[in-house]
Amino acid sequence: MKNPETAVTTKKKNRSRAGETWHRLKKNKGAMLGLAIIILLVLIALYTSIFWDYNTMIVKVNIPERVQPPSPVHPFGTDDMGRDVLIRTLYGTRYSLIIGFGATAIGLIIGVLLGAVAGYFGGIYEDIIMRATDIFASIPAILMGMVIVCVLGASLPNLLIAVGITAVPAFTRITRSMVLTIRNQEYIEAAKCIGTPNLKIIITEVIPNSLSPIIVVASSRIGSCTIQAAGLSFLGFGVPAPAPEWGAMISLSRNYIRTAPWMTLFPSLFIIIMVLAFNILGDGLRDALDPKLKR
Amino acid sequence: MSDVMLEVRNLKKYFKTLRGTVHAVDDVSFTVERGKTLGIVGESGCGKSTVGRCLLRLLEPTSGEIYFEGIDICGAKGSELKKLRKDMQMIFQDPYSSLNPRKTIRDIIAAPLLENKIIPNATKKDIDTRVLELMETVGLAERLFNSYPHELDGGRRQRVGIARALAVQPKFIECDEPVSALDVSIQAQILNLLKKLQRDRGLTFIFITHNLSVVHYFSDDIIVMYLGQIVEKAPARELFENPMHPYTKALLSAILVPEIGNRKQRIRLAGEVTSPIDPPDRCRFEKRCHYACELCNQGTPQLIEVSPNHFVACHCVQKNSNTIAAGG
Amino acid sequence: MSVENINHTEENEHLRYDTCETVLEVKDLVVHYELEDETVEAVNGISFSLKRGQTIGLVGETGAGKTTTALSTLNLLPDPPGVIKNGEITVCGHKMLELKPQELEKIRGKEISMIFQDPMTSLNPVMTVGEQIAESVRLHEGISKKEAFERAQEMLELVGIPGERAIDYPHQFSGGMKQRVVIAIALACNPYVLLADEPTTALDVTIQAQVLDMINDLKKRLGTALVMITHDLGVVAEICDQVAVMYAGRIVEYGTLEDVFAHTKHPYTEGLFNSLPNIADKNAELKPIPGLMPDPTKLPPGCAFAARCQYATEACKSAQPEPTYFSDTHYVLCTRYYEPDFRLLTRGV
Repeated sequence: MKNPETAVTTKKKNRSRAGETWHRLKKNKGAMLGLAIIILLVLIALYTSIFWDYNTMIVKVNIPERVQPPSPVHPFGTDDMGRDVLIRTLYGTRYSLIIGFGATAIGLIIGVLLGAVAGYFGGIYEDIIMRATDIFASIPAILMGMVIVCVLGASLPNLLIAVGITAVPAFTRITRSMVLTIRNQEYIEAAKCIGTPNLKIIITEVIPNSLSPIIVVASSRIGSCTIQAAGLSFLGFGVPAPAPEWGAMISLSRNYIRTAPWMTLFPSLFIIIMVLAFNILGDGLRDALDPKLKR
Repeated sequence: MSDVMLEVRNLKKYFKTLRGTVHAVDDVSFTVERGKTLGIVGESGCGKSTVGRCLLRLLEPTSGEIYFEGIDICGAKGSELKKLRKDMQMIFQDPYSSLNPRKTIRDIIAAPLLENKIIPNATKKDIDTRVLELMETVGLAERLFNSYPHELDGGRRQRVGIARALAVQPKFIECDEPVSALDVSIQAQILNLLKKLQRDRGLTFIFITHNLSVVHYFSDDIIVMYLGQIVEKAPARELFENPMHPYTKALLSAILVPEIGNRKQRIRLAGEVTSPIDPPDRCRFEKRCHYACELCNQGTPQLIEVSPNHFVACHCVQKNSNTIAAGG
Repeated sequence: MSVENINHTEENEHLRYDTCETVLEVKDLVVHYELEDETVEAVNGISFSLKRGQTIGLVGETGAGKTTTALSTLNLLPDPPGVIKNGEITVCGHKMLELKPQELEKIRGKEISMIFQDPMTSLNPVMTVGEQIAESVRLHEGISKKEAFERAQEMLELVGIPGERAIDYPHQFSGGMKQRVVIAIALACNPYVLLADEPTTALDVTIQAQVLDMINDLKKRLGTALVMITHDLGVVAEICDQVAVMYAGRIVEYGTLEDVFAHTKHPYTEGLFNSLPNIADKNAELKPIPGLMPDPTKLPPGCAFAARCQYATEACKSAQPEPTYFSDTHYVLCTRYYEPDFRLLTRGV
């Protein structure tokens, strides 16, 4: 005879927390839409360089066709150098994605480590790290980014670093507050009892359990890093021209905003869509990861 | 001389707070004999868990000495401490927070084996085999090997916690309220398991709890704590048959017995536990005590042996037993 | 609220005092929690009734359906996922499951109220305790602020807290004191029925004894009927005159305190008693009930306890047991009692 109880347990047996989260996330239509858009953008970023040559199609000046409104040949129109806005905008996806993911990754790694150390050890470590974070966070992000780019020089890697560093305080704070609650859990004491060294406890016990809110912060942070990078590029501190970074494109087209609005419109639209996609995915992730919604 | 495994001398643990110094544990001394169980009872805030955490150096004692098989725990560092911890393990109160939710049962039980290299040159298969053995010892089905803690009920989680503690083959296990979060029928299963393990492996236990009937069932000797101090210490049977300290008497009379016709007259304690912040040098129980007398504000009462192995810290009891001794 | 309305309620009140003898009646209550991919069968047909001044203990372990029963009684079940599939709940003549939200608000707190396990979370931290008691009174009896505050002070005195502490905030009270305040709020409008969900579980032993003594005392003085939800048979012995032992959403044994404690009939009740350490005999072995509660989403077709029961036969596993009566007050749900000479091994002579 088959025991119904064991049947249930075997069915659900190996669904880990990540599996459960994915299961719940799948049911959230908004988050899935966001995820689909992000996947689409990633595919665009990957394939544009295969189909279009950077030198001939992206940056090559084509004066006869300059400032043309949208048409079947150039669906998004052309810019003041006669370059196709659609192709440039699509090609620009890679910059925004690289900066979004890369800068967030930099902020996440540094921020989580600092936050974990501050929260776990407390005392003087906590004081130093958290006060430094406070000071850091009180400097306007755009100003901070400009200073870093000025010192290091304008290039994509430097823009990454500049944007990434301004993302550190958010991660430090959220990690510290998570660690403060986890630190008092009995499984941390249990790990100490079996002789696990502190650093290993932080890496194997503390950080994995504080990941949920960090993931949520990270996913919406990708959006804001994108905006910030576009802002810096707009001001001329980002990816140097003629690279089709969205912020730089908007900056270049601002003189034509009355006469040729399509030049500004399409890159802006893409920024909005990308940021929105990351934000709704972040919201969905928060719901999916929230243990209170778990039955 | 009896075979003493653990000796605690004048243990103190103070916490500094904005409102003053909390005397969580104030001058506590006791010994635990090999193969025996010492129960520590008291209400919340009496310092029983703090004592337990000091024993395993999860908290650093403010002062005092703790000897485990003659080795000073408080002075141990690094590898020495790690070696000591192999012999001393702990079972925690809350089966929901004592297991890392992101690890499988296998990984939780394997962690102490790997960390302490219990099996030399172990392959993954050796570890798996040992984990399965441990799971069988504590009565966990093999199919739970790859499960996560959230898939298990409280009783099974507590069994995982016990298996983890047993993995390093300790001589001494400290149980901090191991059954208070469990249902009655499951509670009995876990208590029986712990008793069986003690019989089979000759383990020494410290059993910290607020549940008097459980501690009576489980312990050989019992310590009653109140506001960071030991007020009474006696063998379990003696303590329940002949409680001396007014607080112990009140505690025992507050036990709810599941029998009819037992709505007995209780010793009603007035008020609640007073603050352990900067307590004055006098009996800490005086304000709630029915027997308080003029002696009670004359210094903190010391533990005095009133009959063989029965210690009480109460001025009035000591005075009375002296007069009885003198008169008789 | 208009003057007319107040008079109206007062008239009603007199009426009810005369007619209302059975203050609480629960009939065939079935409650499910309908989740996305499964249904938790929390309560599966529970009936009991309570006369004025009586106390019933709902005893059982986690997942037995005790709290669900209580919340349904107040029609406070979180919906979704909770769904009352069947049943009728009558509080002093009011059919709780048929009333509109506004009508329910008038009854809750006034005629039936509830206290929860954790006193720390049931009080509002930014209001003084006096205001919180007074608020409950003012909601139900249109009296002035000053009168309500005086009543709050009286209530505090009643639960053994000096009246002048009415101006203190919850954090200034200890755990036991907070639970007294919670009880004062629940009793402020002198309800007919008080539901107490594990009211002493979070408290220390000596404080638990104090609070139980106080509840016993108030019960006698105010004539409130009490539904005591607990897992602790000791609490039941202390305070109840009727006992309903619950298992997997059913009452498996029901009777007076004496019936259940001295003449135990159900194997599960027997198992509960044998799981407890005996304070009188240190060496008596604990006999735990083997196994676990069945999964409430997959209840077996027969007796839910059969899988853990030492007396179970094949017949137990196939069909739901019907109640077997031993007296007017005492019944069990156990198939084995269809055999006239079936007896439990250790209890219930």
